[in-house]
Amino acid sequence: MTPSQRLDATFAALADPTRRAILARLATGAASVTELAEPFAMSQPAVSKHLKMLERAGLISRGRDAQRRPRQIEAKPLAEATEWLEAYRRFWEGNFQRLDALLAEIQTAGGRPAARSKKARRGRRT
Amino acid sequence: MTTAMTKGGGLKVTARGEREIVMTRLFDAPRELVFAAFTVPELVQRWLLGPPGWMMPVCEIDLRVGGRYRYLWRNMEGVEMGASGTFREIRPPDRIVHTENFDEPWYPGESTVTTELTDKGGKTLLTVTLLYVSKAARDGVLKSPMEGGVAQSYDRLDELLGHMPRPDEARATFS
Repeated sequence: MTPSQRLDATFAALADPTRRAILARLATGAASVTELAEPFAMSQPAVSKHLKMLERAGLISRGRDAQRRPRQIEAKPLAEATEWLEAYRRFWEGNFQRLDALLAEIQTAGGRPAARSKKARRGRRT
Repeated sequence: MTTAMTKGGGLKVTARGEREIVMTRLFDAPRELVFAAFTVPELVQRWLLGPPGWMMPVCEIDLRVGGRYRYLWRNMEGVEMGASGTFREIRPPDRIVHTENFDEPWYPGESTVTTELTDKGGKTLLTVTLLYVSKAARDGVLKSPMEGGVAQSYDRLDELLGHMPRPDEARATFS
């Protein structure tokens, strides 16, 4: 999978509230399918279906215990997804606060502010 | 599906239809100024910077229909991130439509960004509509910490998982 495809699989897996709840449960420690099915009032096959999607997205894996086959969380893909999304959110929050400051500066100065550096001016192409 | 929340400074994010995300925010300035802040490279370079530590060394804007823009961001470690696109509509001081492609895509396909500025008695209401190629692409962007329930899940998971090894330097700078 390309990073983009992996991200798609992660988002698709995270789109469902049951799967998010399963992940939250697994974040506290590995658990068997039976243990995972308990709080959801769902059949084991239904839970298995969700687990398959999470597994395909690389969000969970199977432990070594052959009898219980416990599922465990895989932190990396989730970290990748949250990092990108956090970046998106912070990007706009931070940007707009800077824009507030810039707009205030322009209005106080009563005109357009000088560019910060020659480097910045060099970027212009009109 | 509609999801809305207010972030610091009145930033509101809403899902519209199947393929759109709409962001709204009020600015305490007339829209001619806000329009300039979105279209004059020297001004764009002052605020469109993303997380702390990032600069925008390249900002080229050919402000005409069919013209291209090119943004390149760089952090202290020299990690770069670029985006570019084409202007589809330009109507000062209230409307800009352009396409958007990131050099390293984090959502599938090309998105179309419509920026609208509405006069609110000397202040300006900014409305940015991001149109994605598919519902899946939009939802990918939306199923994020912006959505309350998911945000809580993520927060909990983050707490529980603690600090994790970063996949690479570029991502580490965004964390």
